[in-house]
Amino acid sequence: MPRKVIEASTAVAEAVKFCKPAVIPMYPITPQTHIVERISEFINDGDLDSEMIHVESEHSALSAAIGSSATGVRTYTATASQGLALMHEVLFVASGMRLPIVMNVANRALSAPINIWNDHSDSMAARDSSWIQLYVESAQEAFDTTIQAFKIAENKKVLLPIMVCLDGFTLSHVYEPVDLPQQSKVNGYLPKYKPSNILDVKKPVSLGPIGYPDSFMHFKKAQQDAMDNALKIIKKSNSEFKTRFKRSYGNGLIETYNLKGAKFAIVCAGSICGTTRVAVDELRKQGIKVGLIKIKCFRPFPKEDIIAACKKLTGVAVIDRAVSFGFEGPMFTDLKAAIFNEKKKPLIHSFIAGLGGRDVTKNDMLTIFKKISKTKKPITEWLLD
Amino acid sequence: MRKIKKKTTTKSIKPVKKIKSKPKKKQELKISVGAAVLTPGSSIKHKTGDWRSMYPDWDKKKCTQCMACWMYCPDDSIPVKNKKRIETDLDFCKGCGICAKECIFGAIEMKKEKK
Repeated sequence: MPRKVIEASTAVAEAVKFCKPAVIPMYPITPQTHIVERISEFINDGDLDSEMIHVESEHSALSAAIGSSATGVRTYTATASQGLALMHEVLFVASGMRLPIVMNVANRALSAPINIWNDHSDSMAARDSSWIQLYVESAQEAFDTTIQAFKIAENKKVLLPIMVCLDGFTLSHVYEPVDLPQQSKVNGYLPKYKPSNILDVKKPVSLGPIGYPDSFMHFKKAQQDAMDNALKIIKKSNSEFKTRFKRSYGNGLIETYNLKGAKFAIVCAGSICGTTRVAVDELRKQGIKVGLIKIKCFRPFPKEDIIAACKKLTGVAVIDRAVSFGFEGPMFTDLKAAIFNEKKKPLIHSFIAGLGGRDVTKNDMLTIFKKISKTKKPITEWLLD
Repeated sequence: MRKIKKKTTTKSIKPVKKIKSKPKKKQELKISVGAAVLTPGSSIKHKTGDWRSMYPDWDKKKCTQCMACWMYCPDDSIPVKNKKRIETDLDFCKGCGICAKECIFGAIEMKKEKK
């Protein structure tokens, strides 16, 4: 198993190469561009036998991906920020038609003011589009999760499109050592995609043409059920990955770090989990019992796992890198809602941090732990200093 | 301020007899994954002419069989038999009125649906 020091974007492109999608319609946008560049290099060099469609916009990129996936072939695309916003309308079509498209999102802020740097406002705005959302922390996790994504999406019990979100620049442009497996190992983990209903001239079908009021709600319920199934399938895909590749990320839905005996914990997603780990280690050395709950899977929301993780805690700080304007951080809202009916629950605090590429440092994490361990009232704060 | 007398009407209401009926078995709606329609040509079953408010009334005597209405109909509502148009097929006619507009012989008149 060769270990290479590569950029996280390259790691994603490598993962795509291993999964061999037949069609890749893509439109470059900062900070996802390197993924597009690497994949087109692979195709040019003959390392990847895929059809790259140069589309005129992200709206067209996903539309082309839908067309391709509907013919029954494995399809991949990637985007970020404004591109994801432009795709928004088509996101619902992909999920409603139950097409297992895999898409990487290099998380970036949304305009205005224009900002090319990292936060989660783009993917959080696509939260309700019935796409599975996984957030990754490292280049290795980006590689592994992209491979897992195809397996999860293409599972007959799921059949939903999936977003693998990696933080723009702070992860996408960072070089890290990544273990690249042998092709045969990936083939063993990820079988060939076998679609059920496809566009075929020999057996004509229409995909997702119309749902009258008598049936539309049933289709939506089926999507919700598929999301519930996804919780199990994601866990299973993670454990199967562990047995084959000797790597895993928590239970696939959430990952806990030093939570044993902890009184206080930080809940976050994406690359800032690494920063939190360092802060946790430092406080643990001082004998202060703190931990980390990393949300890897945001949709479907792993309610039961969150409840179990929060059971013995007295205080939890949720760090959101996006805001639902007029209310609060989306992860904060969901976490509160998940544990609302529990008898024993911790005090939950909200911190909005790292919007538009603002650094979130180890000291920020230490300050947050300090604040939540001293207060008895819930804190809502923006980290502006 | 005028006082409004409250009318007591409870006495006049007779208790309604409860009608016992067998509970109907719920028919489960079978749906396909991703709203796929698996039978080709099944749109013929969904008659879309039911929300029409105007219908084209064809006067056979004025008609010269020029076939302009057949050509202009955006649906398939002008059936042709033995090279001649016959009575309008209203199953899919939405009453758009194009046929009436295009008929230069005044053989088609839009009339209100009687419902």
